[in-house]
Amino acid sequence: MLMDALLLQLGYNATLVAIGATLLGISAGVTGTFLFLRKRALVSDAISHATLPGVCIAFILMASFGGDGRNLIGLLLGSAVSASAGLWCLNWLTRNTRLAEDAAIGSVLSVFFGFGIVLLTVIQTLGVGRQAGLEGFLLGSTAGMLWADAMVIAVGGAVTLLLILLIRRPMTMVAFDPEYAAARGLPVSKIDMAMMGLVMAVTVVGLKVVGLILIVALLIIPAVTARFWTERSDYVVLLAGLAGGLSAYVGAAMSASAPNLPTGPIIVLMSFALFLLSLLFAPNRGVLAAVLRHLRFQRRVHLRQGLLALAQGQPIYEKLTLRLLRRGGMVRADGVATNIGKARAAKALRDERRWAVVRSDHAHEAAAALYDGLRQIESVLTQDQISEIDRHIGGPKEVLA
Amino acid sequence: MLDLASNNGQARQEQELANSPLAIRGLTVSYGQKPAVFSVDMTVEAGRMTAIIGPNGAGKSTMLKAALGIVPAVSGQIQVFGKPLEAQRARIAYVPQRASVDWDFPTRVIDVVLMGLYRELGLLGRLRPSHRATAMDCLDQVGMGDFASRQIGQLSGGQQQRVFLARALAQGADLYLLDEPFAGVDAATEKAIIGVLKTLRAAGKTVVVVHHDLATVAEYFDNVFLINTRKVAEGPVAVSFSAANLQATYGGRLATAQVDQLALALG
Repeated sequence: MLMDALLLQLGYNATLVAIGATLLGISAGVTGTFLFLRKRALVSDAISHATLPGVCIAFILMASFGGDGRNLIGLLLGSAVSASAGLWCLNWLTRNTRLAEDAAIGSVLSVFFGFGIVLLTVIQTLGVGRQAGLEGFLLGSTAGMLWADAMVIAVGGAVTLLLILLIRRPMTMVAFDPEYAAARGLPVSKIDMAMMGLVMAVTVVGLKVVGLILIVALLIIPAVTARFWTERSDYVVLLAGLAGGLSAYVGAAMSASAPNLPTGPIIVLMSFALFLLSLLFAPNRGVLAAVLRHLRFQRRVHLRQGLLALAQGQPIYEKLTLRLLRRGGMVRADGVATNIGKARAAKALRDERRWAVVRSDHAHEAAAALYDGLRQIESVLTQDQISEIDRHIGGPKEVLA
Repeated sequence: MLDLASNNGQARQEQELANSPLAIRGLTVSYGQKPAVFSVDMTVEAGRMTAIIGPNGAGKSTMLKAALGIVPAVSGQIQVFGKPLEAQRARIAYVPQRASVDWDFPTRVIDVVLMGLYRELGLLGRLRPSHRATAMDCLDQVGMGDFASRQIGQLSGGQQQRVFLARALAQGADLYLLDEPFAGVDAATEKAIIGVLKTLRAAGKTVVVVHHDLATVAEYFDNVFLINTRKVAEGPVAVSFSAANLQATYGGRLATAQVDQLALALG
């Protein structure tokens, strides 16, 4: 069943939903990345919640003028208008009051959403409202998705991606270093506004599929996921598009493969699954990699300390240190140093003395800055420099029996 | 007679304005109701290195940012090479404070320098080998050529500062404005940066630096601009960097011993 869904074999509606959701996932992932890089990810939550009053008012207006209240284009236009109003309020609050952006987001989000819910309730008590299905905008509803709906998503997503391609360089510059961008004469606040406009477009287009409460997940999670895998912003953008598209496609297919699985939330869970995989297994920034890195570092520290202790004839109490020395064949089971151990211990101690010379000599300032107790001195100084230092230290010191 | 003299004076001033790489007149910048910079005039001399000096919170960085339109000014006029700022953006290179950006941003050293070529690249222009070569050349000038494909988060503070300088160099500007480039950097970086700045000066470029280390002013700079919300003095180091002017700028904030020491150093 899931296989059929993934291969788009589950009928017209399921195919339409899968294609629409995938396009939405790609454009949301790409757009959201710039928001994430600009560290304004939560603004998208305020924008999405601010769409609700607009949807309701558009419905009331269209119904009361005798039209079809459910006309999708009309509803989306309404949502865009009220989302802009919310965004404007947010910008005004942060610019003209002492409210920090997080507090402003909280205020705008809750007030607009509360107002929207009131309107929604009013509509439901009206005669025409019962069949309106506006609740679908809260969590998304794909059951009755039409060809026209899919086209709205496709066109909206494509236009968004095109615009992003056009202004990706200024957006990246503003996200990384807004002061420098301003000094170069880039219109920073206009670029920010354009970015928010794109986010709004994606939000509005995605209302029907994932709903306004969860669209934020489609904007942010793919970017966060992508960030685990790369250190380049252009790759983050591409990977986020990929992650967004993939989770939307698989999520839509899964929800179609079984009855009563809501599309939007399943898509969000799919993108969470990708996030979790990245969090755990990403090569550099992942949790597992960090743990391994730390363990490796710890072993180096213990080995070094153990060797220095051996060289100076000090007792070793740490179990890990002893185990590492034993495994390396440097001490015997009873804790006595082997010949290899003695040699390496002598070398470690000699390197410490060399480092001491380096660190006290002003001429070696750059090299001294690299001392961390673990670094091999040969990786910092040339053989000639080391020989020179050895002349200062004098002949080899007695190695402990 | 009197009229003529004042006319002459005016003419000379206008001439000065037209020649100056950066001329600021009556600049006031305020955060809320408290001016951080009040009615400041500055006339940067072309082809020289000028240090902007003053105590913490004296408005040094703010003045620079307002001159570039990064922060809004309450009043004041800015002229760059005798023309309004907007027309001359391409001739200015700005090096912001290192701490003003997030160094965990996903970008490599070379990408940061390529931002300096933004104008050449435009919105959709493709990145050509020549762009890359320019960026690499700028990195080599600050001794960071080997770090081109490193992630910027892996750099030390001094290395980050040099990357910022390389980005400014990539612009090929005529006027360089640097905000505290020597703050918290290692000796090697300080040497590298001052070397690059002196090369720029030798090529006829103008350099303005917000500087905090009084001990190196005489060694590094030709001119000083002393500010503490208001302008205190402006001119060649030999004339304006005097114990009296420093006392006027720093007031009680500079220990008497420091003033004496500086006076001694200045002869």
